[in-house]
Amino acid sequence: MLFFSYFKEIVGREVVVELKNDLAIRGTLRSVDQYLNIKLENTRVVDQDKYPHMLSVRNCFIRGSVVRYVQLPPDGVDVELLHDATRREARGG
Amino acid sequence: MSAGPGLEPLVDQMISVITNDGRNIVGILKGFDQATNIILDESHERVFSTKEGVQQIVLGLYIIRGDNISIIGELDEDLDAHIELSQVRGHPLKPVIH
Repeated sequence: MLFFSYFKEIVGREVVVELKNDLAIRGTLRSVDQYLNIKLENTRVVDQDKYPHMLSVRNCFIRGSVVRYVQLPPDGVDVELLHDATRREARGG
Repeated sequence: MSAGPGLEPLVDQMISVITNDGRNIVGILKGFDQATNIILDESHERVFSTKEGVQQIVLGLYIIRGDNISIIGELDEDLDAHIELSQVRGHPLKPVIH
């Protein structure tokens, strides 16, 4: 639930989602659900010349199970706060 | 908590699906469920290669199991109409490795 909550906080920010097939997609985070499925708006594939598969796609749904990394905006994360929250959750409360 | 991937707005629209084995299938979304299983009508596969333009292979009515789906993209038909697929070269996508 923690990361679900976290991603909900950064809706509207620009992120780069790197998939487990090495495709990286830049876009504005539109929504996230409990599986960490992600919807992006205004998407661009980072290496579009190599992978032109999504040239005519501007909005997409990415299945949470294929996400490897989400690159966040530099000021998008309060590391201390997230540290504390993950530790609290690890303790079970 | 609302269940399901929230694909309602895409029903009856052209979508572009990228599967875990690296295929790109384009078709009209007819239905979906909470596991992202989808029904695609009038679908075709677009095969990308570095040697020749994009090949299109007619598939028809397809069900794709959610497990095998990486991306569901809303296909902008105006943008798509301006792309000369026979001129597009690209690397095949790698399969997803979990």
